[in-house]
Amino acid sequence: MKLNLKVWRQKNGSTAGKMVDYVVDHVDADMSFLEMLDVLNQQLIDKGDEPVAFDHDCREGICGMCSLYIDGQPHGPWQRTTTCQLHMRAFKDGDTVTIEPWRAQAFPVIKDLVVDRSAFDRIIQAGGYISANTGNAVDGNSIPIEKTVSDEAMDAAACIGCGACVAVCKNASAMLFVSAKVSHLSLLPQGRPEHQKRVASMMTQMDKEGFGGCTNTTSCEAVCPKGISVTHIARLNRAYIAASLSSPKQEEAK
Amino acid sequence: MSLTGLFLCTFLIVHMSGNLALLKNDGGRSFNEYAKFMTSFPPIKVVSYVTYFFILLHTVQGLMITLQNRKSRPVKYAVTKPAGASLASRNMAVLGTVILLFLIGHLSQFWFRMKMGTLNMVDYNGVAHTNLYEAVTLAFSNPLIVILYLIALVALGFHLLHGFQSAFRTLGLTHSKYTPIINTVGWVFTAIVIGGFAIQPLFVMFKSMG
Repeated sequence: MKLNLKVWRQKNGSTAGKMVDYVVDHVDADMSFLEMLDVLNQQLIDKGDEPVAFDHDCREGICGMCSLYIDGQPHGPWQRTTTCQLHMRAFKDGDTVTIEPWRAQAFPVIKDLVVDRSAFDRIIQAGGYISANTGNAVDGNSIPIEKTVSDEAMDAAACIGCGACVAVCKNASAMLFVSAKVSHLSLLPQGRPEHQKRVASMMTQMDKEGFGGCTNTTSCEAVCPKGISVTHIARLNRAYIAASLSSPKQEEAK
Repeated sequence: MSLTGLFLCTFLIVHMSGNLALLKNDGGRSFNEYAKFMTSFPPIKVVSYVTYFFILLHTVQGLMITLQNRKSRPVKYAVTKPAGASLASRNMAVLGTVILLFLIGHLSQFWFRMKMGTLNMVDYNGVAHTNLYEAVTLAFSNPLIVILYLIALVALGFHLLHGFQSAFRTLGLTHSKYTPIINTVGWVFTAIVIGGFAIQPLFVMFKSMG
């Protein structure tokens, strides 16, 4: 099939970008969206033009590296699918497809469709971990965990940190990401001791990065490639209120 | 936002049920007596000042959150789709602005004139009452004013549909058992408030038409 693409081109973070029209021919329905972009880039390279920069790594839907706002939706029209797992059979011959980078104050464009998502890394560094003491590994079965609770923690742990939640949110809020990380650690016994400190530091860092506030539109849940539920956001709100009321003022996240 | 919003929800239900006195066929006596009680009984006066304050606070909070959230995305998308977000949830600021404009008109139409004492008085058993009923029935016999009120009610309805359940989420009050109940209560609450308010101008208008 033949597609008309409108692709955001931007040389670097300090220059203005614009949408550029391309036509890609010989697109196979079995190609992934990223393979279609590979075809486009080969065309551009053959002509001596600069290829389109886009993020990708595993191309198996598990690493969270690929992004792209395709026709007004993060990761394109399919639900619970990353861009690398989106196949060209989702499009018809002659379609016009608009491809933009994630748009958020906290995710500045590096080049073309590549954005800097290290704001997420800094939120994790602020508290998205468990301080583990060295020593012998304990027997996993010695800590009983209720099945429903471990399932809930596992569902939260499915977050790949791609940033689609921020990209789609009208407020560019990172609450779904932060709440998934907090749920996956704090629901389990190993994560309980640092729970309140974690919530306070991660929320402080999130605000510092310039993400917006959550207004419960639930569009993040709708586009999340891993189907993370907004229930985690409510749990985080509850934990944040409890942490603000009970614990002493946390030292500012570094 | 959530706490002020939920407080204003309680105000809405009280304001709506009290004003149902308008429907009583006694020449407006019970409505005027109710109005006098609401404006002279000290505890109610305190509550009404708290309400004015919360309306302002809710507005200022909303404005600040909206401005901050707009700043979080300096470059807009060329193409966007709503993606699971309801119409109301995407337009809370617009709906809120419509409601605020309505409130300014509504307060200057009745509340301000009552406070300024520019309305006629009426005697019930020798006690002077402001004849607010006369002002209200006069206003609502004008179909244009009734239409403006109904438009404001539609905006309020959508605002409540999102706001009620969103407030509970913001406070972290979700639970697999109770959240469906909260959502249903939100719908029923919205229907009662909007239905109750809508019936009043419509009733007066049709009555004035004979």
